[in-house]
Amino acid sequence: MSTIEVRFSPLTAHVRTARLVALSVARRARIEEEQLDEVRLAVGETCSRAVGVHISRGVDDPITMRLSDERDHFTIEVINTGTLADDPTAAMDLVEASSRALAEGALDSDSMPAGFGLAVVSGLVEDLFVTSDGGRTTVRMSWPMASALPDLAEPTAS
Amino acid sequence: MVVHWKLHRDGPMEEDVDPDLSVSIRSEGDRTVVAVSGEIDVYTAPKLREHLIDLVANGQYQLIVDLEAVDFLDSTGLGVLVGGLKRVRSHDGSLHLVCSQDRILKIFRITGLTKVFPIHSNIDEALAAGADS
Repeated sequence: MSTIEVRFSPLTAHVRTARLVALSVARRARIEEEQLDEVRLAVGETCSRAVGVHISRGVDDPITMRLSDERDHFTIEVINTGTLADDPTAAMDLVEASSRALAEGALDSDSMPAGFGLAVVSGLVEDLFVTSDGGRTTVRMSWPMASALPDLAEPTAS
Repeated sequence: MVVHWKLHRDGPMEEDVDPDLSVSIRSEGDRTVVAVSGEIDVYTAPKLREHLIDLVANGQYQLIVDLEAVDFLDSTGLGVLVGGLKRVRSHDGSLHLVCSQDRILKIFRITGLTKVFPIHSNIDEALAAGADS
């Protein structure tokens, strides 16, 4: 298993850096090309959410992004300070939430509903776990590595 | 570095060049085309938001946002587009999108926003679409 850990201050400008690091490491972990966009979007959403939580609560602690490959899976964990209690992420209906964002709210509000970003991740990533423990929240996402997939190009005897 | 040009309404109206997100605004008849390039995320989305707010404040209610040169769009960017749509709709306007990239269209699909925004595969198609749709 190899691990890379990135810690960054809760600034929105650093979310792009986190995405670039994740994309680079995912490529090296032989994530399927069509899944790299998912990795990039999932990391962007989770890191944006983590930064938003820290900013809204006035927490200066850094956010941790841990990337690791183990056997057949590539895993990314994004860890922020603060529990998940006030962040409704469970089973959000994205279509309904989008409609609500358009129909409701002040005209000067450009935000999607709370938890929307993580709900987008749940629509992208099958292997997603969100846990809150000891005053921290961890979003854990995993993707299969290419070497773990069946070799479809295996030659057949003629 | 951010460079602003504010020119006449019938020519290129404004160009905002930035390494992360660039916005170029021009008139096409009664439509206003907002061509965006770069990445729309939690850091850059406020800039796009300001441009859309300025356009509506200046009476531009028939907008086309061209996302063809956008490399990344997240839910914060979606929120800005939804906010723009709300604003123009409050003036009986419209906001069409131009996007043919599957990587960008995917987030519109999973959020159901393909049913909310008219999305065109190129700018000519968007310009040909009715301004009041």
